[in-house]
Amino acid sequence: MDDLLRLITLQDSNTRTVLFGAAALGLSAGVVGCFAVLRRRALLGDAVAHSALPGVCAAFLVVGDRSMPAFLLGALVFGAIAVVCISAIQSATRVKADAAIAIVLTAFFGLGIVMSQRIMADPGGGNRAGLDSFLFGKAASMVRADAMLIASVGLVVVLIVLAFFKELKLLAFDRTFAAGIGRPVGAMDLALMLLICVVTVIGLPAVGVVLMVALLVIPAAAARFWTESLSVMLIIAGVVGAASGVVGTGVSALAEGVSAGPVIALAAAAMFTLSMLAAPRRGLIASWHRARTLRRRILLENLLRALYELDEAAAMSQSNGREGELALKRSWTASQLSGAIARARRLGLIEPGSGTITLTASGAAAAAGIVRRHRLWELFLIEQAAIAPDHVDRDADAIEHVLPPELLTQLEARLAELGRHPKPVPPSPHAISPFDKAGALG
Amino acid sequence: MYSLAIIPFSSSDAWVMATAVVCAVACAIPGCFLVLRRMSMLGDAISHAVLPGLAMAFLITGTRDLWPMLIGAAAFGLLTAVVSSWLSRHARVPEDASMGVVFSSFFALGVLLITLGARSVDLDPGCVLYGLLEAAALDTTTVLGFVLPRALVALSVVLVLNATLTVVFWKEIKLVCFDPALATAMGISAGLVHYGLMGAVATTTVASFESVGSILVVAMLVAPGATAHLLTDRLARMVPLAAILAAVCAVVGHLLALYFDTNIAGMMSVVAGAQFALAALLAPRYGIIPSAVRRLSLSLKIEREDLLGDLFRASEAARLGSIKARARHVLPPHWRASVARHQLRVRGLIEVGPGGPILTLAGGAEAARIIRSHRLWEAFLCERLKLAMDHVHDPSERMEHHITPEMEHALRKEFARTQQDPQGKPIPQG
Repeated sequence: MDDLLRLITLQDSNTRTVLFGAAALGLSAGVVGCFAVLRRRALLGDAVAHSALPGVCAAFLVVGDRSMPAFLLGALVFGAIAVVCISAIQSATRVKADAAIAIVLTAFFGLGIVMSQRIMADPGGGNRAGLDSFLFGKAASMVRADAMLIASVGLVVVLIVLAFFKELKLLAFDRTFAAGIGRPVGAMDLALMLLICVVTVIGLPAVGVVLMVALLVIPAAAARFWTESLSVMLIIAGVVGAASGVVGTGVSALAEGVSAGPVIALAAAAMFTLSMLAAPRRGLIASWHRARTLRRRILLENLLRALYELDEAAAMSQSNGREGELALKRSWTASQLSGAIARARRLGLIEPGSGTITLTASGAAAAAGIVRRHRLWELFLIEQAAIAPDHVDRDADAIEHVLPPELLTQLEARLAELGRHPKPVPPSPHAISPFDKAGALG
Repeated sequence: MYSLAIIPFSSSDAWVMATAVVCAVACAIPGCFLVLRRMSMLGDAISHAVLPGLAMAFLITGTRDLWPMLIGAAAFGLLTAVVSSWLSRHARVPEDASMGVVFSSFFALGVLLITLGARSVDLDPGCVLYGLLEAAALDTTTVLGFVLPRALVALSVVLVLNATLTVVFWKEIKLVCFDPALATAMGISAGLVHYGLMGAVATTTVASFESVGSILVVAMLVAPGATAHLLTDRLARMVPLAAILAAVCAVVGHLLALYFDTNIAGMMSVVAGAQFALAALLAPRYGIIPSAVRRLSLSLKIEREDLLGDLFRASEAARLGSIKARARHVLPPHWRASVARHQLRVRGLIEVGPGGPILTLAGGAEAARIIRSHRLWEAFLCERLKLAMDHVHDPSERMEHHITPEMEHALRKEFARTQQDPQGKPIPQG
């Protein structure tokens, strides 16, 4: 408890720096990750991360001691080599992108494992803890200087992205246009991949080789749910990334023997799940609610139109068999029909009382509106699209619910041009049988 | 027992090598189909994502029994495939990002479980990544009176299973790999085959887990298949070839690991990558170097024939007194031209005189053949395809180098009575 309090109130200056470094890392990974996800390069980041391991080992062999700048440089070099290899394999052989990434990733990672095992077996390998921590990330072994280095590189990356925002935006959404107006898309693509490489590399001490892909991909994917605007997406992804970094690093610092990488990834995953469910427009709950509302409105409108047509056909027959006739009008279940009737009664469109099913005045007006939309569209299809009259019902049935009023006005104008001035509610161009459900169109 | 001169090789190493070979071949077989269906990264995702299943089984049962681990891993493997396709279809997350989200989250969960559980049991989380093949010979079980490494037994079972399923369902798998729509139309459920393949990958991953770890199993899944893909066009050859390559990779990797005293699985992965690189460079039909050599050879052939054609036309123009000879686009002298000239001289088709190169008799005949092909083709384009006269020279320029003797024979029959090409130049007979 004591430790937790100390952590949260940021009393320990070393912890403060480490958390700041983690936040800066998460921010830059989230921002760059947005472009990786948009350019479908998510798994390339995975490859770069895994390929960095031999770079770290090579740097250790060259320098002879644990040196973060050297490690990061080695990782960057090998990451860049991996990217080049993957592109070369894709362009020069018949092997496709997915296999190229998998082969390069595993070959380089295998090399890294071989080298690291060698180094760790070496009796002089007193610094083995340094290498081990690169697999899953270790917050505890990050010293102040390392955290500052990571934070500064991360912030520089974010500044670069902001400076070239317009170009990166164009590259992400319309590469062909960018090439067409003379932008050097090849170079820009390469620069973007190098940025991904740099961010991946600085994440290694904190998150580790294996789970860096989580920090690149998950905050960006989570941010996508909240907005359609790229700049807002970058901000949200940065915030999610920073939060994941802080939570993960904090937990790892508190708990004995728990690596930071897994906790960071799981924190990000939790935020992703939350976003996926709760985001206002693209979130699953909101979509489901929208779909449900639409379904209910459609049912209601179909009911009103069915009642109108029944009235039109029979001469005001108000027998109790109405419900039976309605059930046969279209393929709705008994519960859907009774639910719609109840809702219509509540909205004052059908006379209250559980006896007969009669449209009220407002109900009749609403029904007339829907039927009008339906039949105007049918007329349009018949006259303009030359579709046979017995083929237009189904299409109009679907579209009548979503025809906007402006379109209706245009429709009437178009029909007027053809010399047709339909009545307020035109007669139906095809036969309406009370037994539509088993009708010819089936 | 056996000791190669520089490599310390003992009898337990023999068991380890056998395990490695069986593991590699068991992975290579389903891996071929992953590569062909462009699902290599899905294999990577599954091999990462089975970890929580394994961890849970391990923590719950407290043992490393195969069956609970298999069930847990298969469950998470299928869950991965299902969840990531659900995410990409219904939550509108791009496909590669959805795979990344799912497998990294699952893998993180697995690592966390193992780390927390490792307090009570001695299990190094790093092992998860690169396995512990070296210890395979120590963990033995008795089968039919023989004392065998447990991993070897499990992997052998998986190998036999994979091979049998591949042979039994060969036609279905082949069809679904190359034309899933046709397969479904013919009544073979492409979805069933797909999930069957995922199940096989998950099972193989689990069985290989202890030996080579979760990341390097992907090397064994993808690299032999991709290498074989570069070496052949026939599926029936690709699968056995991948198996052989995998076995070679395991043996060489193991020996090198002993020599350098390092992790076997890692070395196997490096060797697999090196194998692929060799194939990418040297494969007879699809390798980079042979392709470059073929291209160079073709461009020199074209250069030689162009040169012969130029000389023929020049001498024709001089003979017929026509000043209007179509000038070839004048480019700065290219090294290819010099090499071509040298080759022609060596083959006795030209002689270099004081006024420049001259056609020899043989050269003249060869040049006549090229010009004949050119003009016959022009006649063909003009008469049969009704192309305009000023449109036929350039395509014929390109086509003349590729007209085979059979084509030439057919063209000559076609235009047996034609003495001139559309532009009025004579078609050389001979």
